[in-house]
Amino acid sequence: MFVIGLQHYLVVGAILFTLGALGIFLNRKNVIIILMSIELILLSVNVNLVAFSAYLNDIVGQVFALLVLTVAAAEAAIGLAILVAYFRNRGSIAVEDINLMKG
Amino acid sequence: MNLTLPALGPALPEIVILVGALALLFLGAWRGEAARPVVDFGAILLLVLAGAIVVLLPGGTLSTFGGSFLLDPFARFLKILALAGAAAALLMSFDFLRAEKLERYEFGILVLTATAGMLVMISSNDLITLYLGVELMSLSLYVMAAIQRDSVRSTEAGLKYFVLGALSSGMLLYGASLVYGFTGTVGFPGIAAAAKAGSLGLVFGLVFLFAGLAFKVSAVPFHMWTPDVYEGAPTPVTAFFAAAPKVAGIAIFVRVAIDAFPNIVPQWQQIVIFLAIASMVLGAFAAIGQRNIKRLMAYSSIGHVGYTLVGLAAGTPAGVAGVLVYMAIYVAMTLGTFACILAMRRNGEAIEEIDELAGLARTQPMVAFLLGALLFSLAGIPPLAGFFAKFYVFLAAIEARLYALAVIGVVASVVGAYYYLRIVKLMYMDEPKAAFEPMARPLGFVLGITGLFVLLFFVYPAPLVAAAQAAAQSLF
Repeated sequence: MFVIGLQHYLVVGAILFTLGALGIFLNRKNVIIILMSIELILLSVNVNLVAFSAYLNDIVGQVFALLVLTVAAAEAAIGLAILVAYFRNRGSIAVEDINLMKG
Repeated sequence: MNLTLPALGPALPEIVILVGALALLFLGAWRGEAARPVVDFGAILLLVLAGAIVVLLPGGTLSTFGGSFLLDPFARFLKILALAGAAAALLMSFDFLRAEKLERYEFGILVLTATAGMLVMISSNDLITLYLGVELMSLSLYVMAAIQRDSVRSTEAGLKYFVLGALSSGMLLYGASLVYGFTGTVGFPGIAAAAKAGSLGLVFGLVFLFAGLAFKVSAVPFHMWTPDVYEGAPTPVTAFFAAAPKVAGIAIFVRVAIDAFPNIVPQWQQIVIFLAIASMVLGAFAAIGQRNIKRLMAYSSIGHVGYTLVGLAAGTPAGVAGVLVYMAIYVAMTLGTFACILAMRRNGEAIEEIDELAGLARTQPMVAFLLGALLFSLAGIPPLAGFFAKFYVFLAAIEARLYALAVIGVVASVVGAYYYLRIVKLMYMDEPKAAFEPMARPLGFVLGITGLFVLLFFVYPAPLVAAAQAAAQSLF
């Protein structure tokens, strides 16, 4: 019988994290996609935390996951607010247009 | 069920700042821009009050909230430093913001919330508190970078800072989740007890955690946001970014390394050595071609983070004391230099080109002298304070047998001296350009104090060094 264990959750978490990180670096189109990738990264962390919490039989991981959820909401709100301010000035949110200063 | 409140005393500075910030926010929302002078004054007052509370709280190591929050001599030293840096940056911002028509009451409140986040970071003794502090600071800083919301450059700086900062928070969290999973606890003492062997999963977590922290202190290779954000953000915001958040970032870096992972030093030591070498070298070379003084200061700050990490790489009490002394001197040098940058105004416009400083010695001899002293100190030339800062960290590295690291550091600091001395040459030997507007009084105040500190540190270094050694000793 196939049993879903800790390592399966960790693999899912690692895949989600990698997808999120790749989404930030490979995406050349739209800043909104970057915001979604950031949410994906935070979700992968939550999968990890809850899986470890269940595995260790320790509630702290779930408390941590709830804190991450609330902070992620605040982070998304601030990110969208900055994005709106930027769009008003520049008239575009394409990633290749964010190039006024060369880094 | 036992529902007693935890002891709130050790967290009183944070509580005072946050409650005060909320009260000022209400006042601002109610009275509008008319409340701005009150908010500005109140913000400075709260920072000073928090500093006084840190000093007046009973000595020794205080712990609360189930051991997740720690006020030890290490935290006290860095909290006072962060509060002083924040208060000085806020004091310097008023005239510039008024001249640029950027006066908003939110500015002071954002400085307060960011500073509260830094204090939480400095005191954190588990991964949850660490994350809470980091986010409270970072979210405020993102907004501050974009505060000039009708400017493309400022909002672009805010956007870049937000995207890369959020990525770094994600990496930090991913590392924290792995560390939690492989040790079964989030508290630093518990992690230290469980992390004796250094399993593969734990080392993975450690690497992610350090990558996230390296982002926050802008150590190479996680520095790419720094020049753009420093250049795009309004100058007072840049001055704030360069001082207090670095203190908090380095503080948490040291605490995680020394408190949570004292038993797997070889694993993190090589990461820190790499970060230190890469930051020192990039800070020295990349700054050479810069024409914008804020970008130059960004690369300079990257280099200085590298030198600070040399002390941490040593991993000894002497090394941590070197880190603390370095941070104190770095904050003074940076604030003084930014006081001069903020004073670079002609015909009501801010100037950021380095070449415009030409001949400053003839138009404003006193400013040129103090700025020259600060630049010599940033370059690390004796007998100025910056030399002693580098001396202590390199000495600790040599005592820890990290000879290659110390040699690379000295070479990088010689290369780095070039671009600081180029500015001194511009000021003293080139034909003067039109004079800048006279310096505003708060800027002169900060410049005078930091300049004198840098010039006269060698006369009586004992109090600072002794305080740093006592603070470092409390970690071991």
